[in-house]
Amino acid sequence: MIAVLAGVLALLALGGVGMSRSRRASGIVYGVSLLLSSALGLVGLHALLAAGPETVALPLGLPWVGAHFRLDALAGFFLLIINLGGAAVSLYAIGHGRHEHDKARVLPFYPWFLAALDLVVIADDAFTFLFAWELMSLVSWALVLAHHRAPGTLRAGYVYLVMASLSGLVLLLAFGLLAGANGGYAFALMRTTRPTPGIAGLALMLALIGTGAKAGLVPLHVWLPLAHPAAPSHVSALMSGVMTKVAVYAFVRIAFDLLGPPPAWSAVIVLLLGGASACLGILYALMESDLKRLLAYSTVENVGIVFIGVGLAMAFQASGFALGAALALTAALFHVFNHAIIKTLLFCGAGAVLSATGERDMDRLGGLIHRLPQTSVAMLIACAAIAALPPLNGFVSEWLTFQAILLRPALPQWGLKLMIPADGALLALAAALTAACFVKLFGIAFLGRPRSDAAREAHELDRFSRAAMLGLAAISLLVGIFPGVLVDVLAPVMREMFGARLAAQTPLPWLSLIPVAASRSSYNGLLVFLFIAFSTAATILAIHRVTSRSARRAPAWDCGFPDASAITQYSGASFAQPLRRVFAATLFGARETVTLPPPGDMAPARIEKALPDPIWDRLYAPFERLIGRLADFLNPLQFLTIRRYLVFVFLALVSLLLALALSQ
Amino acid sequence: MHAISFDVAKLLAGGLVLASFLMIYQVRLLAMLNVLGGHAFILALAIAWQAHVQDAPELYITAAITLIFKAALLPEALRRIVIRLGIHREIENVTSLGAVMLAGVGLVALSLEVMLPVTARTDPLTRIDIALALSVVLLGLLMMVTRRNAVSQVAAFLSLENGIDLAAAGAEGMPLVVEISIAFSVLVAFLVVGVFLFRIRERFDTVDMRALDAFRGDRK
Repeated sequence: MIAVLAGVLALLALGGVGMSRSRRASGIVYGVSLLLSSALGLVGLHALLAAGPETVALPLGLPWVGAHFRLDALAGFFLLIINLGGAAVSLYAIGHGRHEHDKARVLPFYPWFLAALDLVVIADDAFTFLFAWELMSLVSWALVLAHHRAPGTLRAGYVYLVMASLSGLVLLLAFGLLAGANGGYAFALMRTTRPTPGIAGLALMLALIGTGAKAGLVPLHVWLPLAHPAAPSHVSALMSGVMTKVAVYAFVRIAFDLLGPPPAWSAVIVLLLGGASACLGILYALMESDLKRLLAYSTVENVGIVFIGVGLAMAFQASGFALGAALALTAALFHVFNHAIIKTLLFCGAGAVLSATGERDMDRLGGLIHRLPQTSVAMLIACAAIAALPPLNGFVSEWLTFQAILLRPALPQWGLKLMIPADGALLALAAALTAACFVKLFGIAFLGRPRSDAAREAHELDRFSRAAMLGLAAISLLVGIFPGVLVDVLAPVMREMFGARLAAQTPLPWLSLIPVAASRSSYNGLLVFLFIAFSTAATILAIHRVTSRSARRAPAWDCGFPDASAITQYSGASFAQPLRRVFAATLFGARETVTLPPPGDMAPARIEKALPDPIWDRLYAPFERLIGRLADFLNPLQFLTIRRYLVFVFLALVSLLLALALSQ
Repeated sequence: MHAISFDVAKLLAGGLVLASFLMIYQVRLLAMLNVLGGHAFILALAIAWQAHVQDAPELYITAAITLIFKAALLPEALRRIVIRLGIHREIENVTSLGAVMLAGVGLVALSLEVMLPVTARTDPLTRIDIALALSVVLLGLLMMVTRRNAVSQVAAFLSLENGIDLAAAGAEGMPLVVEISIAFSVLVAFLVVGVFLFRIRERFDTVDMRALDAFRGDRK
């Protein structure tokens, strides 16, 4: 516990080093961040496996509350995730950060961001928690604005700041409700007091809004695809891979730890939002051609999957089915781990592409597998993992989520009985669309022929960046092959939350994964991996044995059009067109218009697509207009005379006094 | 507690409210400054009486400061400003004085209505003092709102400050540091306002605040 606080302090101090204008500051900041993150990650792992929670109270902050910190299994697990991601990104940034042209806008904030993330998960009272939460928001906002001259960044920062304030405000209200009239702001007090069902439900919904706005849950996700891509790539990796996970942590902490068993109706809402996020997120991603925005939308989808798991756990807990709750939350936390690894890797890869070519638009990339072979291998593994292909880690968590969904008959409530299969369908759809989306990403950006000179002349990155990406890919593969280890590591969290855990997985023969019962379902990543490896090797051997050994290079078949330009290849938009027609036409109101010139006219034919965002148009735009109108209405208040301001003060005072007199 | 100490405290606090009413009614500047001096004088008496009743000798110092600064120096300085500005013969045009007086009566009733139940469990001496002090504050605000002349707004502000002093003295006996700092802040405010008055006059040839409004283009 002391070690964690010391680490956080060291990170905060490191921000001071980042302010120096020395040329070596970049290497020092990222190098030391790497060391500190590794150490903190190990501490997290130790806390996860250690016996009981550790607490520390410091006389800081509010005088009558103090600052409480607690390191239990849940906090340990998230500390592990944060610092695993933090260490990988720091290693990546030792190399990648050198290309940053405005270092003074990134270096001081980067270690602070890591420190704030760590601080959120060990906070044990509402004040410390909200302080860390706001520090996290504010520092990440500063990082988003690092490239403030790029078009759209200022707007992204503004929308992010508004949504972050909303999240902070709503969480403040939620903690206020939890603390009750006596002001028990320490989490230890909140655990022992049980609010009335009405208050508990309200606090839970506020917590859902507050954490959902940070995690990027539909319809609170609007800032995410703006802000995450606007930041420097390694910061995007942290924001998408790690910060959204901290929001999940906050929700899990409030829903399962601070509140008692949740009401069943709240599980329905969480499931609904989770399913909607999963599907809409990946549909948005499919329509996107900007590499980093696509990844950000994919984050929305994965957060949806995590919240489906969390909602299932709430449903099972509401009906007292501890084993089901443990399975569902294990699936959710497993996915949290997976997504942290994969999305960090994907954003690092996108950063590599960006610094190699200067392009984020997929329709100007292509053929990068020849220019960036190692990055391509890492990205291929990440794409396969996020598309949930066995034997990689992404498959395991989605499979576990489905296992939890299949436990549905154990539930008595009709609302849940109807909602959970619907979520299962949405999850299956999202998984399929994810596969399509990442086939598109890899196929368009890395395969084919280069669509621009920048892509044609791309160069592989430095050793540090490649090591970070390949390391993350290796973790992804290893966790996929030995999923039982992670499930067992999560067992203390489940025991803490529900008093129940899944059966131990590591002693099972052949390292199988059997979440409920062997007669029901089992998965063996090791066997799948060995099968794939052997069959691939055998096929290659067979082909080489049977066919000629000499490789021939011949021109690709050009459909009878010699010298085809590279832009006649399939583009991202054309790849997504069938799906856009099927889903987006009704859901988003996407329209295509084809303009053919009349015969004899030499003008080119044009195809134009319009892709409105109904969530922004229906939900946010009216708000924006309302606030604009209110501001216009109140504007004259800024130009009153002193005497009139005095009249306002006077009238406010008198009316308050009157209210007081009347209420007595 | 002696009945007499209670009655005297009540009398002095009530006198302060009465003086506030006198100020609101007074439209000639020099006369109003005289009333302001009287206002502070009654306040000094009230504080001294509190010192006697509470047996708190440091309050005598407060009373002395009030007497010297607020009852003598400040009105005198304001009088000189008014004479140097050459507006000592002016009669300020306040619309519907009667309605303002009625509103003031309402405010006193309101502050009694609010304060008496809230302070029901405290010392009766403090109780009446705080209720009447709130009336003085509200009356000061009312006067600031209804006057247009900068000098009378300053005077109204000073009377408002007197009300705060009364409440503070009645409650516990005010720490001397607080009192001195308040006295200094009033002095600084007075200096700044005095400078401003001359600056305003230099530019606009009047200290009627309507001239400033017109300058900003609010009123044609």
